[in-house]
Amino acid sequence: MEKRIGIEASIAIAEAVGLCDADVVAAYPITPQTHIVEHLSEMVADGHLDAAFVPVESEHSAMSVCCGTSAAGARTFTATSSQGLALMHEILYIASALRLPIVMSVANRAISGPINIWNDHSDVMVERDVGWVQIFCENGQEAVDLTIWAFRLAEDPRVSLPIMVNFDGFIVSHMVEPLFMPDREMVKAFLPPFKPLQRLDIDNPISMGPVGIPDIFTEAKQVQQHLLTQAYQPIVETLGEFAKVFKRQYKPVETYRGDDADVLLLTMGAIGETAMTAVDQRRAKGDKVGLVRLRLWRPFPFEDLFRALGRIPVLGVIDRCISFGGPVGPVACEVKGALYGRKDHPLVVEFVAGLGGRDVTVTDFDKMFDALFEAKRSGKVPAPVLVGLRE
Amino acid sequence: MSQHVNPVEPFLRMERMPHIWCPGCGIGTVVNCFVRALLKTQVDIDKVSVVSGIGCTGRIAGYFRADSFHTTHGRSIPFATGLKMANPELSVWNFSGDGDLIAIGGNHFIHAARRNADLKVVCVNNFTYGMTGGQVAPTAPLHSLATTAPYGAFERPFNLPFLADSSGAVYVARWTTFHVRQLVKSMEEIMHKPGFCFIEVIAPCPTAYLRRNRLGDGLEAMRHYKQSSKVVHGADTRSVDIELGGPIVVGKFVDRDRPTTLEAMRDELHKSLGDKYVPYPTGVQR
Repeated sequence: MEKRIGIEASIAIAEAVGLCDADVVAAYPITPQTHIVEHLSEMVADGHLDAAFVPVESEHSAMSVCCGTSAAGARTFTATSSQGLALMHEILYIASALRLPIVMSVANRAISGPINIWNDHSDVMVERDVGWVQIFCENGQEAVDLTIWAFRLAEDPRVSLPIMVNFDGFIVSHMVEPLFMPDREMVKAFLPPFKPLQRLDIDNPISMGPVGIPDIFTEAKQVQQHLLTQAYQPIVETLGEFAKVFKRQYKPVETYRGDDADVLLLTMGAIGETAMTAVDQRRAKGDKVGLVRLRLWRPFPFEDLFRALGRIPVLGVIDRCISFGGPVGPVACEVKGALYGRKDHPLVVEFVAGLGGRDVTVTDFDKMFDALFEAKRSGKVPAPVLVGLRE
Repeated sequence: MSQHVNPVEPFLRMERMPHIWCPGCGIGTVVNCFVRALLKTQVDIDKVSVVSGIGCTGRIAGYFRADSFHTTHGRSIPFATGLKMANPELSVWNFSGDGDLIAIGGNHFIHAARRNADLKVVCVNNFTYGMTGGQVAPTAPLHSLATTAPYGAFERPFNLPFLADSSGAVYVARWTTFHVRQLVKSMEEIMHKPGFCFIEVIAPCPTAYLRRNRLGDGLEAMRHYKQSSKVVHGADTRSVDIELGGPIVVGKFVDRDRPTTLEAMRDELHKSLGDKYVPYPTGVQR
């Protein structure tokens, strides 16, 4: 039986990793992720989790240790944020290319400079192409649930890829919220023991990570592309199985009051919850507004997105990051790319909001909806908007 | 009015006060000593540059009124190396915590010492990652408690003076924040000494280290430093390990001369190229 308790999301995520019986946790301190691994180190020290905790000397080492332990066949977990994720960058590619099913929590935080420890998505957006499954959470419950699910998906032999579970730093990670804490029996029913697809084994030696000469490199990359794209089906299946056990259903793309909407707004992460309040307020005034909440980022859920959008004439996309000198928002760019060539595609209005911890309020969403209605009326797409920018 | 100004104030960005350091923290003492050393040696502040990494000690670069650079975690030494190479006239001072300098930036530390980069490196060692809340650091004494070592650290910590010495530093000293006069003197000594000069300053972190280890507050730490420190100039750096609550050997351990990176480069290239060699940077005499 699940018990509903008040708990800080970071602690709950660590408990979830404990329920999943991780074998190794290797991590380096970085705000706002630190509470997760601190709690895990306590669980290991107290004998509540039979795992090795490795307090490494940098995130580069953390991800390298994770690759080593995962290659040896151990269920491996780490967590990081911001600069830490950036420092892991080169090893992230190795983890996915070697098909090592590492699960990593990323408490999303801005990248320097200027130095900023607060929340946005500029850390994860630059890791778009590292070949990992990437999913976003809106609250602590989702972060707990999707962490448990992440082990199941990552270790699915059809997938065998690493996965990043993203949630907003501080806004989710440090929030004490009431959530249903899964119990060990349920997790056991959902998550089978880890059977690595391949591992370093003295009796059956293999070589991992050798040179890929030009003759085979393209094919190796094609395999990765195929695997990550094909991971979509196992993702939907395992989310369905998660729902059977835990009675909470997650989808690659979620909507909120979108069915009969005149304009839609697309969010990722925790701001989706504030946006729902804003939608309710506008709906109460008779404005038909709705939300699309993009949960799965890689593999990109094209069909789910198209279904969610239907024949909507105007779509606003909120980015929590800027692609400097380029198309402004990486998510908007992705969405527009997905829509390219489709009949009756919506006008896409780009917003960049909540950089480096700036609050995105209901009033901000109100203004965004106003801009969407204006675009619908005029048929013109305004220049990308930096929400709340002080002149 | 002016006669009431604290002599340290002109060296600080007062508009950024109050600082973030906790009551009883030792970092402010290190800043204070650095200012005294600057005042005593009368160096031109425009020729002094302060570089620091991330963490509580990393904030020094933000508070100090000199050309300063607050780099990313662990990278203060490579940045400082580049700064010095591009502008050899600068006196480049690197202030870092133990986590920053010895963990994530440890590789840079040993290599800068090996090549004798002309840097003044001050490590404020509080035995923990203070800013992130007290995780176990590579300097944490055996059996000391940390959030990620709840029953005690079991990995052997670095002995920083030995690490610096064996990597090739030309000046190695250790003081505590109780030894303010000695610390100022060490800073004065290295102000004009070329090469990789290293000072370890043992400092209290009341919030994340002392309290967790039942070692009292900042004042208690001062008492401990006073009673348990032993000055041994020229001590064999292999013998200056720190144990939890144990004696602290302080003093000037190493003071030697060898060519800096730039000098070695000039000598080597001059040997090979003779008069064809134009010393870098142009205009500098060999």
